[in-house]
Amino acid sequence: MSTKEKNITFSRRNFLKTSALASGGLLVGFNLFTACKSEVKPPVDIANLNFNDFNAFIKIANNGYVTIFSPNPEIGQGVKTAMPMIIAEELDVEWNKVHVAQGKYNKKEYTRQVAGGSQSIRFGWDALRQTGATTKQMLINAAAAKWGVEAASCKASKGIITNAKGEKLGYGEVVKEAAALKVPENVKLKEPSEYTIIGQDAINVDVDKIIRGEPLFGLDYKAEGMLYASVLRPPAFGQTLESFDDSEAKKVNGVSKVIKFGDKIAVLGSNTWAAMKGKKALKAVWSSDEELESTEEHNKILTNILDGKEFEIRREDGNVKKAFKEADKVIERTYHSPFLPHNCMEPMNFYANVTPAKIHLVGPIQTPQWTAGRVAKLLERKESEIDLEMTRMGGGFGRRLYGDFALEAAEISNVAKKPIKVVYSREDDMTDGIYRPAIKYRISAALKDGKVTGYHLKEAAINGNMYDLIPNFFPAGCIPNYKVSTQNYKSKITTGAWRAPYTNFLAFAEQSFFDEIAEELEKDPVKLRLELLQNVKNTSDEKIEYSGSRMENTIKLAAEKSNWKENTAGVFKGFSAYYSHNTHVAEVAEIIVKEGMPVVTKVVVAVDCGIVINPTGAINQIQGGVLDGIGHAMYGDFSFEKGKPSHKNFNTYRLIRMNETPKVEVHFVKNELSPTGLGEPGLPPAGGAVANAIYKAFKNRMYNQPFIKELENNKEKVLS
Amino acid sequence: MPNYNLKINGETIAVNADSDTPLLWVLRDQLNLVGTKFGCGIAQCGACTIHVDGKATRSCQLPVSMIDKEEITTIEGLSKEGKHPLQEAWKVVDVPQCGYCQAGQIMTAASFLKENPTPNSKEIREAMHGNICRCASYNRIEKAVAIAAKKMS
Repeated sequence: MSTKEKNITFSRRNFLKTSALASGGLLVGFNLFTACKSEVKPPVDIANLNFNDFNAFIKIANNGYVTIFSPNPEIGQGVKTAMPMIIAEELDVEWNKVHVAQGKYNKKEYTRQVAGGSQSIRFGWDALRQTGATTKQMLINAAAAKWGVEAASCKASKGIITNAKGEKLGYGEVVKEAAALKVPENVKLKEPSEYTIIGQDAINVDVDKIIRGEPLFGLDYKAEGMLYASVLRPPAFGQTLESFDDSEAKKVNGVSKVIKFGDKIAVLGSNTWAAMKGKKALKAVWSSDEELESTEEHNKILTNILDGKEFEIRREDGNVKKAFKEADKVIERTYHSPFLPHNCMEPMNFYANVTPAKIHLVGPIQTPQWTAGRVAKLLERKESEIDLEMTRMGGGFGRRLYGDFALEAAEISNVAKKPIKVVYSREDDMTDGIYRPAIKYRISAALKDGKVTGYHLKEAAINGNMYDLIPNFFPAGCIPNYKVSTQNYKSKITTGAWRAPYTNFLAFAEQSFFDEIAEELEKDPVKLRLELLQNVKNTSDEKIEYSGSRMENTIKLAAEKSNWKENTAGVFKGFSAYYSHNTHVAEVAEIIVKEGMPVVTKVVVAVDCGIVINPTGAINQIQGGVLDGIGHAMYGDFSFEKGKPSHKNFNTYRLIRMNETPKVEVHFVKNELSPTGLGEPGLPPAGGAVANAIYKAFKNRMYNQPFIKELENNKEKVLS
Repeated sequence: MPNYNLKINGETIAVNADSDTPLLWVLRDQLNLVGTKFGCGIAQCGACTIHVDGKATRSCQLPVSMIDKEEITTIEGLSKEGKHPLQEAWKVVDVPQCGYCQAGQIMTAASFLKENPTPNSKEIREAMHGNICRCASYNRIEKAVAIAAKKMS
């Protein structure tokens, strides 16, 4: 069993605390462990936690209604629905009597609030179940005491406790007594076969508000006396503000103030349009000390890195040098990805009201705790003076981890001494991004006697390198002589996490490369992967992140459901499988050729994420991830010329649209293992599956994203 | 700033705004009708879709001064209590992920189904292609539009 298959467990003793509420009802505090890095472990000193250390709460009112204060920010990944389902299951209440409220950020009460890395469900699984089960036991104990019977003779179901005589008490009728009881230990959890809520479809808890257009998002938030701020930032990365003229901006109706801060200028107006118009009327002079960066230059730099010898070794097994020396054949290929903007549909925005007494921040943020800390530092204030409220987010995809927009809002409000909201235009959002970095991979394989004997992956990236877990993903452990080397180039262009960081492109490169290996070895691509996985199934290497047998089952399910071995005239299939964010995924893409270009018509996906909490939400995440992966692999193209981004808005930057989307069919591997996240893992394999299908149709390998550009560049070859 | 009398969701509302102000910002900032979303500002994403005399229109590119006697409908006024067959279908299919673009999607679909009450899959896909869903809930939007069409016809 690899490390990732073990359940995350911690001492149950004192892991939750209860309190009676003045308003009546019971409050239960408990802990959720969520963080953007999967190596974060629950603290060992859990027994010493006091009430203020809890980061999530449930309230059971006198009428039996349950409110769950979900601390995790919702970015569209469905945790606001799935996490409470787990509590409701063990607490044994009817799902429609459960209300979910987004918790406020509070340093004392919520210690780990992050949406990112598809980890919310994985880290919350144990705590949520135990909270539900323990609370249920306390309510039973309270009812039993009231009746003067043994707790063991009572049962609870759907919010009602029943004793042996058939007498009944609702949860709400015993909350007061339960609050005074000792927290029971070692409460038995349900077996998966007993689940009535987990595994059933629960629709998005915010759906009514969404379809009626009720205020939910950061951009919808308003406060008394609030001004709107539109910010002019340097048009090119590496530029600074030399001088500016705001005389025309100040003439715009509704503009009340112009504030320079750092190299930026904020125009404040009584409405968004006035602020935006005012910004357009600013005249600014920009300068730069150094040569501004261009994609052409980056490409040369990254190629030079790959050609050179300066690398950091991330993983090395066996003797790679020897394997390549003794190989019958060596294949080497280079893959390139462009920068990518996140393009959340809701442009970045944040509200701030900085007063001498406190700092009030409201908006869409994936990292409330980190952001509050940075705002405190920036304004030299105490973190305790910050009150941060999270709104629903119109998409995150990694962009809302960074909080730069919240810092801007705080800084502007601090100077203006007014409540303000920073609103990015789409142009601001696309050109002041924190982009998925451009990356090149060079992968080589040593083949001998029909086998892959050596493998070397080199990464040359702008700014970041793959994080430590990734070198231990598939195919690590499958190939005896295996090496991963990385190097980066520090750029002024801001880069960061973008849905499924690094693997979003790495999986495409490796899974396309495996298709070439299979062809060279004259093996079926599915068979090749299954053969390779045999080598990792009994590994004792604790560093290996994925499970050989789970990957094998996932691949088999995708092959079966897609009728992989059956061929239909005019339909071309491509295969890809990848493990990321603790979830195993395999995909088969089908394409047809229309007017000389590929059209993806169907994708069959197999997923092993352990127990599926909310099937409708889970399928939605996978479908979205797959289409997102295909869209960006096909069309995503973003570059820089003298520090300036190549696209500003959707008139030239192409995102996948409905008439370009295939049907995505999702199948889950059935097992009773702990659940893992789904926001990201569907994306990485998609590009490779499509690329391998394109190869079958066009005999043309995709080495560069976006594919439409690659196909355009090879059009003569394609059409001949 | 000039005054305008707008007919929005069945009511006549007086607003005071610069003549070039897009209706989107009048709705959102002045009238608190925030269901109409800002996505791109150049009529490329469909998040701001409203109805002008029943026809899907991008409010981000519609200056308030261009509106005369036309009836404006926003997502808030599409139906009483959010029970339009499209809104119902959106729930049945569990369409939204982040949810930001969905009001615009529904408004585009509602106008489209008036013109074509019995669309096939290809017609739905073409009609909806102007609305971007960054979460790519496209499979479900397509399904929900088809369900609503069946219910309405």
